[in-house]
Amino acid sequence: MEFKTFVFYFLAVIMVVAALRVITVRNPVHAALFLVLTFFNAGGIWLLLQAEFLAITLVMVYVGAVMVLFLFVVMMLDINLDRIREGFWSYLPVGALVGVLMLIEMVMVLGGRYFGLDAMPAPPAAQAGFSNTRELGRVLYTDYVYPFELASLVLLVAMVAAVALTLRKRRGVKYIDPAEQVAVRREGRVELVKMAAEKE
Amino acid sequence: MQAMLQPVADLFGPSWPAVWTLIKIVAIVAPLMGAVAYLTLAERKVIGYMQVRIGPNRVGPMGLLQPIADGVKLLLKEIIVPSGSNKGLFILGPILAIAPALAAWSVVPFSEGLVLANVNAGLLLLLAITSMEVYGVIIAGWASNSKYPFLGSMRAAAQMVSYEVSMGFALICVLLISASLNLTDIVHSQGQGRFHEMGLSFLSWNWLPLLPMFVVYLISGIAETNRAPFDVVEGEAEVVAGHMVEYSGMTFALFFLAEYANMILVSILTSVLFLGGWLSPFGFLPDGFHWLALKTALILFVFLWARATFPRFRYDQIMRLGWKVFIPVTLIWVFVVAVWMMSPLSIWK
Repeated sequence: MEFKTFVFYFLAVIMVVAALRVITVRNPVHAALFLVLTFFNAGGIWLLLQAEFLAITLVMVYVGAVMVLFLFVVMMLDINLDRIREGFWSYLPVGALVGVLMLIEMVMVLGGRYFGLDAMPAPPAAQAGFSNTRELGRVLYTDYVYPFELASLVLLVAMVAAVALTLRKRRGVKYIDPAEQVAVRREGRVELVKMAAEKE
Repeated sequence: MQAMLQPVADLFGPSWPAVWTLIKIVAIVAPLMGAVAYLTLAERKVIGYMQVRIGPNRVGPMGLLQPIADGVKLLLKEIIVPSGSNKGLFILGPILAIAPALAAWSVVPFSEGLVLANVNAGLLLLLAITSMEVYGVIIAGWASNSKYPFLGSMRAAAQMVSYEVSMGFALICVLLISASLNLTDIVHSQGQGRFHEMGLSFLSWNWLPLLPMFVVYLISGIAETNRAPFDVVEGEAEVVAGHMVEYSGMTFALFFLAEYANMILVSILTSVLFLGGWLSPFGFLPDGFHWLALKTALILFVFLWARATFPRFRYDQIMRLGWKVFIPVTLIWVFVVAVWMMSPLSIWK
């Protein structure tokens, strides 16, 4: 077995086990941490595919930022597991149906007919000095610049909408404005008064 | 060198690349740990002198053996795992704190060709690895199952994510003008230009055209490593010691090692990205690792200086600085640099 194959199976086994643990583990914080492990191993597998930019971005965005905030929220929530599990058996048929449908779709699309080695032979090895990042950037900002900008616009709108939905300005509350506090200058607070010394 | 090592390489056969890499890793980590140990001494001495004290002076000549005494003490102390804690994660916390702090060193170039892994996307890899540092703190705080550690870890999560954004934008400026993610190339790109030809190389380094980014990066670096005045995560006056409250002995020492290793990492990165790495400041002096060491030491001194000088920020002020000051400034500066590069005034042709 080639060393690369060994690395692939090593990462893949950990990833699959971690992904299973995400949905089977009882503690939500553990589940989130297993999801982090899954992302990390997915990044490793992408590295094997020579997609280093995507792999590192996956780790940076999902592990470094998204999951941190996710954990932040999950840790603060008081989750009652028994309440969540109450309707398990009644929801199971619907859930299983959706799951099976998704599985069939994925098998049809990702099966050997389209993604087998005959249909999609391994790409030629990149020559030395090939920069994955540069190539991706070139494609994104030239060939696909409009779809790319459109996607970023949609994200921006979503972001503004999320902020606008949660923004709430209450009047008449004693709320600290750090900007105002930082902007304080001595002249605004202290007044030096010059006066003659008092003599008896 | 290669010919000299050939007999040893033959001895190990096909496993030689792995062994050779391990040797290189030890050659990086061992001096790093030494530097961390003596950075703690330097910190106590520097702050001591700034506060007109003497600092540690009992163990060994001039207190020089103090870090070793500290290390032995921490090694011999008992590790107490609180009974209400989540035991597995409680042990995992410090490990996750130190692992990224060491892994990040794999792509740091020390001198011409002296780097463990000269990867193309080195800068990106560094960003990814350093963004994982926060997990150690969060997991430690949560697994301790105690109020203060939990508060500390919540603060850490919010603070580190916030400052990573401005740090990332500052780095985008750097890679815009050097057109590479490879750290060695970034250093090379600083060794050219008008000032370099005049022999005043230090004026052609990135810090001058990117001065606001340099400042933002340095301050974000202090915040990212949770050092004073941004150490609300530890905040001994408010949350006692944050995520480290329940830790003792070696588990505590790992957090300590990670913090100082990160400090040195941020300093060496600032030197590589903005201060020309191993390039000498004047044309008539030869380049070399000693310049990088000197620049790193200077920045580390700034870290200690800041700690001795400024009172701790309040938490909401930290958030304001990160989101309302640094991110707009860096965003605008990315734009300015991009336009500058495309204009006829560009100095990076």
